[in-house]
Amino acid sequence: MNGDNLFAHGVTHTAPEGLAEHTTRLGPLPPVRSDFIDVLERSSLRGRGGAAFPVATKWRTVANWRGQAPVVLVNGAEGEPLSHKDRRLMETRPHLILDGAAIAARAVGAARIVYYIGAKHRSALSAFKRALAERSADEQRRSLLVTAPMHYVAGEESAAVHFINDGVALPTATPPRPFERGIDGRPTLVQNVETLAHVAMIARHGDGWFRSLGEGSSAGTALVTVSGAVPASSVIEVAQGTTIADAVSSAGGLVSDARAVLLGGYFGAWIDAEEAWGVRLDPASLKPQGLSLGCGVVSVLPDDSCGVTTTARVMSYLAQESARQCGPCTFGLRAIAESTTRIAALDGHSGDLQRIQRWAGLLPGRGACSHPDGAAGLLLSALRVFAAEFALHGQQRRCALGDPLKVAA
Amino acid sequence: MSAPVTFGIDRIKCDGHGVCASLIPEMIELDEWGYPIIDAGPISRQLRNHARRAVSACPMLALRLRSGSGA
Repeated sequence: MNGDNLFAHGVTHTAPEGLAEHTTRLGPLPPVRSDFIDVLERSSLRGRGGAAFPVATKWRTVANWRGQAPVVLVNGAEGEPLSHKDRRLMETRPHLILDGAAIAARAVGAARIVYYIGAKHRSALSAFKRALAERSADEQRRSLLVTAPMHYVAGEESAAVHFINDGVALPTATPPRPFERGIDGRPTLVQNVETLAHVAMIARHGDGWFRSLGEGSSAGTALVTVSGAVPASSVIEVAQGTTIADAVSSAGGLVSDARAVLLGGYFGAWIDAEEAWGVRLDPASLKPQGLSLGCGVVSVLPDDSCGVTTTARVMSYLAQESARQCGPCTFGLRAIAESTTRIAALDGHSGDLQRIQRWAGLLPGRGACSHPDGAAGLLLSALRVFAAEFALHGQQRRCALGDPLKVAA
Repeated sequence: MSAPVTFGIDRIKCDGHGVCASLIPEMIELDEWGYPIIDAGPISRQLRNHARRAVSACPMLALRLRSGSGA
């Protein structure tokens, strides 16, 4: 597999790569050419925080925004419970991220860079502190390290801006979006840490090189967290376009038969295991199938685990993590979580199954952020993939696996 | 032809008072918790006055009219 970009030469060491080692390995940070955003556009790099938005488009918008000098906000909040890839990258290759942020600042004309890193990601934070201390005095002066609260929505970009401005890590109503008015009212480029690491590599090796890393027509590599029915959760780098089957093999292969795969994290979707193996990890080919790489989560549900119970736990988590600012999300998600939990426990009320289906249909587009949309998407995929299990649970109050409480993943 | 006008809503401000749905039920209904489900389509000429009334009656100033795609 051609997974040899960010994690080149292996990252088996747990200590972060120092500046000397980083520079010896990759050479110094190259000057940022005036046409670098065009280079990025040709690379077809997309954001790796979940939304897969084309990076060049975002940079161009911020670069061309009139008014005050922009700010670059580097997002390492990583609040998704199944994702570890941002942490692993921050812990091992901090200078790659700092390079990417410096390049972004130069390309969009930003004077300041804010690093927003999950408060519980302690080794990532210390890696960043050490790495920043090795950079130039000028770079240190214009950089700020901020610890992000560990809520699911704290990493949402308007929540990140809100926290840095006012100490409140909750999403805000849009417009204005951060690229219009963000940190201190300035246009703000919010970019995930992995995205910026790719930028640092593209600046050195070019867009052609990046594209050549992908499988087939896909471009570049992606960091993926593989968990569930594998020997151990692990973060791997795969060529984009790699199949889920190959990603699972790289993570050590299956340790039991699989029932389904959760792709993209808690805002992602369940895929029936048999259909999942051939699915290619590439935003362009996933989109027409209604799927998304999200934050790069591939979690394999073993076939002796109950999909209904696992889904109920995820819905309960997402309901609890709602910012509780918007009614449809506060009440709708809570109701969905309660009904799904009853169904999972073989204690469903009559009509629960129809209600969660209807409520899920009502959530999308009815929040300030996309928390309700993500949760609804996950539930609807569960109702499709685990249709037989939901019917058995809901109508016959039976779980084919026995006691559902003992068989959740 | 004037540009299409649609409803926009600040979901954080909206407190589910439900006044909007009673003033323009043709385009806004309420979910079981009292929060509006808004037709994202353009507001027809015949309904513009009702729409304006719904906007000005919102106690939270959460509802607005805007040109372009809705809700």
